[in-house]
Amino acid sequence: MKVNVLHLAKLVNMPLKPGESEKLQAGFDSTLKAVDELKKLPTAKTKSTFQVTKLQNVWREDIPQPERGFTQKQALSQAKKTYQGYFLVPRVIDDEA
Amino acid sequence: MKLQPVIGLEIHVELKTKTGMFCGCSADHFGKAPNTNTCPVCLGLPGALPVPNHQAIDWAIMIGLALDCRVNLESSFDRKHYFYPDLPKGYQISQYDDPFCQAGKLSLASGKIIRINRVHLEEDTAKMQHQVIDGQKMTLVDFNRSGVPLVEIVTEPDIASGEEAKEFLKKLRDIIRSLGVSDCDMEKGSMRLEPNISWSESPEKLNNYKVEIKNLNSFRFAQQGIDFELKRQKELLDQGKTPVQETRGYNPQKRATFSQRVKETSADYRYFPDPDIPPIVLTREYVENLRTKLPQLPEALANEMVNKFHLSLSTAQLLSKDQLKLAYFNQYKNQVEPLELANLIVNKKIDLDQPPPTKAASRAVDLNIIDQVLKENADAVAKYRTGKTSVIGFLVGQVMRLTGGKVDPKQVQDKLLKALQVRNLQG
Amino acid sequence: MRLNQLTVIEARAGLKAKKFSVVELATACLVQIKAVDKKLHAFLTLNDRILDQAKKLDQSGDDGRPLWGIPFAIKDNFLTEGLRTTASAKVLDNFVPQYSATVYKKLIEAGALCLGKTNMDAWAHGSSTETSDYGSTLNPWNTKYLPGGSSGGSAAAVAADMCLFGIGSETAGSVRQPAAWCGVTGFKPTYGRVSRYGVVAMASSTDSPGPLTKTVADAALITKIIAGHDVYDATTSPRPVEINPNSLQGENLKGKIIALPKEYLIGEASGLILEAVKVFESAGAQVKPVTLMDPQFTIAVYTIIQRCEVSSNLARYDGIRFGHDRSSFSYEAKNRSLLGAFSLSTGYFDQYYKKAQQVRTMIIDEFDRLFKQFDFYLAPISPGPALPLGASKTSAMFGELQDVLVEPSSIAGLTGLSVPCGIISGLPIGLQITGAQFDEQKILQVGHWYQQQTKWHLEKPKL
Repeated sequence: MKVNVLHLAKLVNMPLKPGESEKLQAGFDSTLKAVDELKKLPTAKTKSTFQVTKLQNVWREDIPQPERGFTQKQALSQAKKTYQGYFLVPRVIDDEA
Repeated sequence: MKLQPVIGLEIHVELKTKTGMFCGCSADHFGKAPNTNTCPVCLGLPGALPVPNHQAIDWAIMIGLALDCRVNLESSFDRKHYFYPDLPKGYQISQYDDPFCQAGKLSLASGKIIRINRVHLEEDTAKMQHQVIDGQKMTLVDFNRSGVPLVEIVTEPDIASGEEAKEFLKKLRDIIRSLGVSDCDMEKGSMRLEPNISWSESPEKLNNYKVEIKNLNSFRFAQQGIDFELKRQKELLDQGKTPVQETRGYNPQKRATFSQRVKETSADYRYFPDPDIPPIVLTREYVENLRTKLPQLPEALANEMVNKFHLSLSTAQLLSKDQLKLAYFNQYKNQVEPLELANLIVNKKIDLDQPPPTKAASRAVDLNIIDQVLKENADAVAKYRTGKTSVIGFLVGQVMRLTGGKVDPKQVQDKLLKALQVRNLQG
Repeated sequence: MRLNQLTVIEARAGLKAKKFSVVELATACLVQIKAVDKKLHAFLTLNDRILDQAKKLDQSGDDGRPLWGIPFAIKDNFLTEGLRTTASAKVLDNFVPQYSATVYKKLIEAGALCLGKTNMDAWAHGSSTETSDYGSTLNPWNTKYLPGGSSGGSAAAVAADMCLFGIGSETAGSVRQPAAWCGVTGFKPTYGRVSRYGVVAMASSTDSPGPLTKTVADAALITKIIAGHDVYDATTSPRPVEINPNSLQGENLKGKIIALPKEYLIGEASGLILEAVKVFESAGAQVKPVTLMDPQFTIAVYTIIQRCEVSSNLARYDGIRFGHDRSSFSYEAKNRSLLGAFSLSTGYFDQYYKKAQQVRTMIIDEFDRLFKQFDFYLAPISPGPALPLGASKTSAMFGELQDVLVEPSSIAGLTGLSVPCGIISGLPIGLQITGAQFDEQKILQVGHWYQQQTKWHLEKPKL
């Protein structure tokens, strides 16, 4: 099977450097060959396990947790670009209205 | 092949819990200074983990129950992946395969049934504003809203016009408000609509395109936007063209939709169960207990008020879907004549922060007492009939005496006059 | 013996008896770091306030907290408020967290002193520490060799006595494998026993923080402190922590029934494992060979699950709220993200992600059956000793292949210990003692017993 590396890179928003896509392609071919071994195991009737704690209904009551709330200064402290209390990014939408 | 308008709605409703869907930040984000209501979780910092809000889960299920949905006893939260600056983790925690509620319905006044596909719970995104700063087109991001519990309600494409959409939305809003779980305030964005529209053979056989409209911040705009869009698409189709599958915005001034070019994001969301959140497994009893907490829904309540208090249907409907007015009515309906009280409230002649004015506050005149006074004072009644209308003052005095003066004399007089007229006719 | 060479328990006794001060103890570690870390590169960021913090403790006096005055090193994927945290990834080069991981908080509250942040494979993606964006850590036993990973920095720091204990995390072997390769003790508690809150996520469904120490007794002491339910981590267990570091003694192996999975006896390490088995047998334990699922399947399951979760967990690094943008990711992160996205994408989900999670159920069921009959199992941690520098570049699945013998236990969320059990060509070998979920106390008792019978854990690299 051929994996479309460029499509996947776009999907996970990972810009590739020159030469990386060929290397990734080769790696995927060998990795997928290895994981395709799983086809040998019959699992039609097996449930899947997405977490192993056997816990259920872990929830919190609707009570504020001010102890871990950030001030605006803390929230913004690690950002590259801020503006008047906001995080700042290049325009993501073109409004014609 | 005859095409018909086929419209489905996606409605997002912010729950008015105290805290976020997965963190303890305030869910009341409106009007706060930007980025003053965040924590590691809703800011999507490395290492932060979600813990679901029990109240939000209960409320989402109650919305589903009010819409006649089936509740899935086993459900999970799933990660939905896409990149956008308002989505801090690069995925939204939502529900995919097993939402809390599925397969409900809501009927319109005409009797037409709009099927509900699903009701699920997810987290809200951050708020973005688009501005030009130093000559550069920029987007400002405020994470105060990020992580607020959001219920998504998806209908089947059963709606056929802007008007039907509007009726459905109003009804849905009234139901959710009556549950007390959301303000459903379109202006504040606590209720958001996304109709998807096409001309298709039928709701079962959809066309190969659909158009979604965003940023509709009133029911009226929703109706107008849908109708505009239907017309626009029909014109294209009539020319043998297929409308482009896209997301469009709505411009209320121009009363028109416009193509919204969102920078490319892929639509392969790569859902999988969030390994940070163990599954939610409910019992029948748990769900039935939530069902007992449902208040009487607006429609049933309005019918009851018409029968019990003789309100007009329109007055009863207005009262039944407005939680503030309804609470006021229920508080004073034993002290003030219900019909009169209802009319005062609906006609906005009353300040809901104050008790009803003295006139109305005085006890409603008991018609039995009027009858009694008229019977006991047959002479006076006879005099009145001969034209000596001044005896009315005497009769009012008798009523006031019997009621201990706790009624409004003017009202008593009106009732007496009415009764005398009736007796006249009968006599 | 210099102070930095002490175990945690020895140092606590010395501090309590006022044989030395916290400043002296911390200084001994700093001196050792200065002497050897240029060569080993175990630390990425040092806590430059540690001597002030030590002085303060000395001034206020020993208050009896379990880790009062004990200097430790912590892997750089644990968030430390005010102290740079990179997960060895350039994307986070400038990230100074606004909050701390629960594990770190608990250690500081117990009186411990953080020396600094240790090197790791970038994002913990590896078993060599060689994929760190800041260059590899070297093995203290032989600097031409890898320390293992991803917690290679913490393992090397403990092995080279730069700290009294280290904290690592593992997704599949990232504590136990570097512990084995560096000749120290590494402990993986049950998944959900120790909070993941504030740990840069690798594969969320198997990530487990754990200690790297000089002895099993120290591992028990540290685990007792960092374990427990955390309201900020929905996957932590509400069960009380049943670890008691004061009752490790007195383990009697007589009558214990031990499994020895045949499929795991691969590579040159197996000879030393069979030597260790004899130690258990001579104490009266019954060791029986068993057959478990072929490790080639568990590699496949682990590879898929881990890459799917990685592709999701790396999505938050967009450079808007913290760190640099996505052009700063290095190769291995792309390798894992893309394959994860592929396995989750429309049309492939059932074939890869779902299939892997179904086989995961089979693995869990197999272990459930195993632990109904056996107390624990013994195996090598890694098929052989440390590999030479550069080895990680030989395969797209290097990490997964190196960790083949610990992956099943991680996929099932079990608890396991790595203890030194011999040396091959001057490089240490680790014995795996693995038990059922929440059997921490049993496994620690057995490991402690083993260290009473053998002296391998006392062997030190010549620096």
